[in-house]
Amino acid sequence: MNRPVELTQTQTPVLETNKVLKNTYALLSVTLLFSALTAFISMQMEMPGYMPLVATFGAIGLIWFLLPRTANSAAGIGVVFGITGLLGLGLGPMLNNYLQMSNGSQLIMTSLGGTGVIFLALSGYALTSRRDFSFMGGMLIVGMVLVLITALANIFMAIPALSLALSAAIILIMSGFILYDTSRIINGGERNYIIATVGLYLSLYNIFVNLLMLLGVLSDD
Amino acid sequence: MDWMKIFSALLIVLMLVYLLPRAKDMIKNSPKGSNNDWLAVLIPLILVIGFVFLLIKSV
Repeated sequence: MNRPVELTQTQTPVLETNKVLKNTYALLSVTLLFSALTAFISMQMEMPGYMPLVATFGAIGLIWFLLPRTANSAAGIGVVFGITGLLGLGLGPMLNNYLQMSNGSQLIMTSLGGTGVIFLALSGYALTSRRDFSFMGGMLIVGMVLVLITALANIFMAIPALSLALSAAIILIMSGFILYDTSRIINGGERNYIIATVGLYLSLYNIFVNLLMLLGVLSDD
Repeated sequence: MDWMKIFSALLIVLMLVYLLPRAKDMIKNSPKGSNNDWLAVLIPLILVIGFVFLLIKSV
C-alpha cells in the first residue's frame, strides 16, 4: 500500500537541493544543445567577424539587466535561452576560422571533448566529496579582475604569449568556478536553478573558447 | 586603431565596473579556508593543468 512520504526537517533541504541540481543540469544540457544549434546557424550564415563582440554585449546586457528581474519566474528560462543563443551565435565566426586550418575540426572536437571531461570530473568531484568550496569565492573574483585588467592592457600591447597565459589562467579560474558553483548548489547556497545554470554555462563556454585558442596556437600544425 | 579594439576595451571596462564592487563584497564575506580545504582545491586544479597539457600534446 502506498503511504504518503513524511519528510523530516533535514530531508526537506536535501530534496530541495537535489531538485535544484536536477533542474540545473537539465536546463544546462538543453541550453548547450541550443547554443550548438545557434553556433551552427551562425557558421552556415557566415556571420561577420564583429558578431562575437555584438553577441557578448547582448548576452552581458541580458545577464546584468534582465536575468536578475526574471530569475524567479518562467520568463527567466527564456532569458537563459537568449543568453546562450547569443553566445552560440558569437562562436560561429571563430569556429569558421578554425575550420579553415588543416586540423581545425580535430581542434574543435578535442576542445569540446576536453571541456566535457573537465566539467564532468570537477562536478563529479564536488558532488561526491560534498565539500563546501565557498571559501574560494574571494580568490576566484580577484583572479577574474586581474585577468580582465591584463586582457585590457593586452588589447593595446598585443603580446601573443600574454594571450596564451590569459587563456590558461581563464581555464583555471573557470575550473575553480565549476567547483564553487556546484558546491553552492549542493550546500544550499544557490536555490535558483536559472542563476545556477547561467553560472555553469559561462564556465563551460569560457573553458571551451580558451582551450580551443590554446590548442590552436600550440598545435603542431 | 580599429573600432573592434575600442569596443573590446569598452566591454572589459564595463565588466570591471560591474565586478569591482562585487569583488570587494566577496573578499569581505568569503569564509576562510583551512589548509585542507585549499589542498582539496589544488589537487583537482593541478589535474586540470595536466589534462590540458595532455590535450595540447595530442593535437
